[in-house]
Amino acid sequence: MDRPIRVLVAKPGLDGHDRGAKVIARALRDAGMEVIYTGLRQTPEQIVAAAIQEDVDVVAMSILSGAHNHLFPRVVNLLKEEGVDDVLIIGGGVIPEDDIPFLLESGIEAIFTPGTSTKDVIEFIKNNLKR
Amino acid sequence: MPYLNIEERLLKGDKRACARLITMLESNDMEAVEILKRLYKNTGNAYVIGVTGPPGAGKSTLTDKLVKELRKKDKKVGIIAIDPTSPFSGGAILGDRIRMNDLSLDKNVFIRSMGTRGSLGGMSRATWGAVKVLDIFGCDYIFIETVGVGQSEVDIVKTADTVLMVMVPNLGDDIQAIKAGIMEIADVFAINKSDLDGADKTKLEVEMNLDLNENTDYRPPVVKVSAAKNKDIDVLLEKIIEHRRHLEETNKLEERRIRNNKMELLKMVEEDLMSLILDKAVKEDLLERLARDVTLRKTDPYTAKDEILKLVVNE
Repeated sequence: MDRPIRVLVAKPGLDGHDRGAKVIARALRDAGMEVIYTGLRQTPEQIVAAAIQEDVDVVAMSILSGAHNHLFPRVVNLLKEEGVDDVLIIGGGVIPEDDIPFLLESGIEAIFTPGTSTKDVIEFIKNNLKR
Repeated sequence: MPYLNIEERLLKGDKRACARLITMLESNDMEAVEILKRLYKNTGNAYVIGVTGPPGAGKSTLTDKLVKELRKKDKKVGIIAIDPTSPFSGGAILGDRIRMNDLSLDKNVFIRSMGTRGSLGGMSRATWGAVKVLDIFGCDYIFIETVGVGQSEVDIVKTADTVLMVMVPNLGDDIQAIKAGIMEIADVFAINKSDLDGADKTKLEVEMNLDLNENTDYRPPVVKVSAAKNKDIDVLLEKIIEHRRHLEETNKLEERRIRNNKMELLKMVEEDLMSLILDKAVKEDLLERLARDVTLRKTDPYTAKDEILKLVVNE
């Protein structure tokens, strides 16, 4: 691919803590990607609308409020409803081990929990792009 | 709309087609260029507003508010928000959407963030392409928002139909207002954050400078606004529309668009010629060899330059 990878970094839900999302955004930028940062308190509908208009390769979401089992799959489904099938969807945040299998099954392709190296996230994105 | 091709989908106002076509243009995809060649006859309906000003002046917030004002008039609006690409990593953080989040869901608004992608990245070409796509998509107004630094950013803003310069009080000493460059290309001035001390002084300074201009048939208006507080946005929009009316009534809009197209054509020829030369010169190691020869005084830079030009000019 001779163009930069485009990533939407989004914070769905109501928690007001975006330090992690900002660290990821910065790391992805330094890895040569174009990061569209949308800020706090996004609804799944807003995230999907932005992902479509920005034509991103990746949607990366961060949640620390505990609402991940509801909000992450909702984004996956809305994208599907819009016919978008070439976007890699990943998630991160404070997510209990037990919830991860369900999330992976719902179409989130990777879940990164606290302590993950940004290098691992970058590698995962580069190796799992869909277009 | 899975059974239609991208061209048909764009004409029907499909956002995904619009988005994909812009991506293709950004990556210099020839298929996208062919589509624009065919659909060029469908452009020319959108009115383009360039929004520029220093970082932190409130360009995105102001654009958000102006777009909401236009939506009240049922206008369809496109926004191209340009942010700098890091010259070191080639990556970028594009954050203008943060100020426009509640526009995302509006069916009649399309927002696209673009990185500057370096001086050889063809940003102005990609932006002009995106403007055409949004025009075909059916936008009545298109905003291009960028910090007015760097030649290509200035080029892009210059090719708008109306240039809106966003300023804020207390940015620096009085001399800021007479600095050459971007000030001269503005058609409308907004002094944002009008609730701050110094807003009146800034407005006065800008106006004093404008009054020294020789051009007297149009004097750019200076409007105090507060984007964050949604104050006097309607007044500002009215001034923008007045400028449009002025251009249309004096037949200057066409004149201006001819000038803009001239700039776009020249820029594209320049870029294509440059990449043609660079391709050849690098492939044949010519650039490296000549640079070495110039350094070692085996030749002079002027003769060396002619040598490179011979790659594309047959004389």
